[in-house]
Amino acid sequence: MDWLTGAWGWLTDSANWSGPEGIASRLWEHTYISGIALLVAALIALPIGLWLGHIGRGGGLAINISNIGRAIPTFAVLVLLVLPLGLERRTLATILALILFALPPLLTNAYVGMREVDRDTVEAARGMGMTARQLVTGVEIPLATPVLMNGVRIAAVQVVATATIAAIVAGPGLGRIITAGFGLQDQDEIVAGAILVAAYALVVEALFGLLQRVLDPRERARKRGRRTGFDPAVGAVTDSRSSG
Amino acid sequence: MLVNPVGLSDSSCLLRNEWVCWEYVQTRGDELRQMTGQHLYITAVSILLAFVVSLPLALLVRRWAPLEGPVLGTSTMLYTIPSLALFALLQPLTGLTIETVIIGITTYSLVILVRTNLTALRSVPADAVEAARGMGYDAGRMLLRVELPLALPTIFAGLRLATVSAVALTTVGAIIGFGGLGNAIYRGYRSNFKAEVLTASVLCVALAIVADLLLIALQRRLTPWRRRAG
Repeated sequence: MDWLTGAWGWLTDSANWSGPEGIASRLWEHTYISGIALLVAALIALPIGLWLGHIGRGGGLAINISNIGRAIPTFAVLVLLVLPLGLERRTLATILALILFALPPLLTNAYVGMREVDRDTVEAARGMGMTARQLVTGVEIPLATPVLMNGVRIAAVQVVATATIAAIVAGPGLGRIITAGFGLQDQDEIVAGAILVAAYALVVEALFGLLQRVLDPRERARKRGRRTGFDPAVGAVTDSRSSG
Repeated sequence: MLVNPVGLSDSSCLLRNEWVCWEYVQTRGDELRQMTGQHLYITAVSILLAFVVSLPLALLVRRWAPLEGPVLGTSTMLYTIPSLALFALLQPLTGLTIETVIIGITTYSLVILVRTNLTALRSVPADAVEAARGMGYDAGRMLLRVELPLALPTIFAGLRLATVSAVALTTVGAIIGFGGLGNAIYRGYRSNFKAEVLTASVLCVALAIVADLLLIALQRRLTPWRRRAG
């Protein structure tokens, strides 16, 4: 267990936290590129996925894009973007790669979320005289939210993992601590970097899992119901994690 | 301008460092074959190991429900850890070896397969199990003759997912020198050799597609009753 104590020593040495290549700035880089990429990808993929789901078309594309995404190595895409853009624009190349790999889970889950909305509920809402706009924003999107947010969580974890691999092509972020450790053959630094990356990914997963539960309208309805002793969501609550 | 070291013609795509270069494929064929072989070896061993471990694990979880939370929780956690970090964490124990990459890829595949195998076993219709029990099937025969065959479509869905992911993930093994085609991508990146990067990347995607098609074919062979049903 020498390597663990070594890594712990590396992590607790304040000298390793400061400076442009310190842990603090790598943490910021990781958050910055991941945040931008997730935001841009969501702005592109969610409207398209929700719209395709609403009109019920393009399902083949929306589903298959995730399968295609899985077959393409993130490492290859990173190199294929960094080489033509040049090493000085590697941050841009990294963010582009992160966006590309965040799109499939977002698109697929937004589409599936909309398709899985109970048709009877939609019919009932239409029968109540809701306009198309009210139907989409008041019924379909809220009911699609659990699956959609599952896609956001998957995309966030994907982005964080891909940002780590970007370090191999000298991209910014926490992965650089690992690659710097490999370069220096410094076991302590490699393991310390890996612990940081793993902890970061787990925190992101947990935070988005929490967000997923907070934004689930049925979960909220259940909480309200509990207070009044009435549970309107019994039977409506299914396993929202099944798709993805 | 590069010095022409081996008497390549001026029109050589190697010399002009083009992305698409057939001359590269011809002159480095042996190397590409060797790296493809390593890639296939890492992927195949990892998937086989993961499958062999995942099936009893899924059976155990199905049998003993309290295990489900811890097993699925641990697997989600492991799956969340980025591959570069997982290799880095394994490397003090197993060194810069091919085993480190195989253990890492096996871990990710295991996570996928435990989940899908558990879903597969649970998807077996209760009627079929009842009927077989009524006919006097014991647990072993029930599993082999009734449950596994009926679970095969979902088991294969999991295998395909795990295999395609494993082929792509293997490239990251390049960081410790055993990444199959990833080694070529990495080397091509470091020496700015475009044809090497693109050829290895395309081969990698092709490997994933071929492996997927092979699994589809195998599934069709193993479930002939579904073919007739269309």
